[in-house]
Amino acid sequence: MSDEANNEAKVKKFMYVNRKSPYGTIYALESLEVVLITAAFDQDVSLAFLDDGVYQLTKNQKTEGIGMKNFSPTFAALGDYDIKKIYIEKDSLDERGLDISDLQELVYEDEDNDYEEKSSIHLVSKEELSKIMDEQDVTLSF
Amino acid sequence: MGILHTINKSPFENNSLESCLSLLAPESSVLFIEDAVIAAMQNTKFSSLVEDKLKAFKIYALQPDLDARGLDGGKVINGIEVIGYNDFVDLAVSHKSVQSWL
Amino acid sequence: MKLGILINEGPYQHQASDSALQFSKAAIEKGHEIFRVFFYNDGVNNATRLAIPPQDDRNITKEWSELAKKNNIDLVVCVAAAQRRGLIDADEAKRNGKDADNIAEGFRISGLGQLVEAGIQSDRLITFGD
Repeated sequence: MSDEANNEAKVKKFMYVNRKSPYGTIYALESLEVVLITAAFDQDVSLAFLDDGVYQLTKNQKTEGIGMKNFSPTFAALGDYDIKKIYIEKDSLDERGLDISDLQELVYEDEDNDYEEKSSIHLVSKEELSKIMDEQDVTLSF
Repeated sequence: MGILHTINKSPFENNSLESCLSLLAPESSVLFIEDAVIAAMQNTKFSSLVEDKLKAFKIYALQPDLDARGLDGGKVINGIEVIGYNDFVDLAVSHKSVQSWL
Repeated sequence: MKLGILINEGPYQHQASDSALQFSKAAIEKGHEIFRVFFYNDGVNNATRLAIPPQDDRNITKEWSELAKKNNIDLVVCVAAAQRRGLIDADEAKRNGKDADNIAEGFRISGLGQLVEAGIQSDRLITFGD
């Protein structure tokens, strides 16, 4: 089988674990770039946000003052790439005095349900996230 | 076998140790490499956290990283297995995947 | 087994590349295949041809080049990360009007798809980073 055919045949569960705040380092941005490419390979993609990673999804990021590009709008496009499994770890929000309403509302269109708009965001406990992580074939951390 | 979790930062530097240990599914194992071998030592602020997890999970520490930091492999927490790179490879192969906590 | 390696940090600044080298050598000795080593984030800096490390210390770039040559390992540098950090090959230099290129022997620049492919095709993908 050619490499291309090999890639097409295999679908693996890829999870991207995000634990760092955006802008202080490049990991949040460059991790997101890999996520988008993985979707193009038709893999089963999940994203997990825990610890400071939850800050990557805050609303109203204004980056002019630090002279950096605001890449947070890219998260809103994930639904268009059929990436709809976005897990937010609950304790990480609580410890930071944050609420799910502080985060972007990320949605996708459910093609099995008349393209009804649904939330891609799943608030999970550590126990739930542990189970989800355990189901993954490939886990990438940056 | 479950996932092999590798941790490479000292628990005094960031919270990777705490986060990883709070998310272990059954049959997972943990390997301390690089600065994380500090977490393998007895009598640190984090020793009891690690000891607690040893009840349910296998925990390993990389010998070359202990040696490099002048840490005595004989003084790691009781129950932690000190291993070499060859064993690291074996663990990666015998577990279903490797998850790195950075 | 087929092993994929992801390196997210540059040489010397972090231990990541050294750990990956030691792991890769051990894996090869045990008869495993290193499917690909992918360099991302500051990891692209491992591919510079221009480093002059002290004589009495290891030459990380050279070690990767030699390991790759001896064992037919695919060393891939992410193009987007490389462009950000100024690692370019001759073609890129020409295309972008740069007056030099600096990629070391044995490394090739390619897209992030090569990392995803490594995840799909390898039996295990191991990340070394910060």
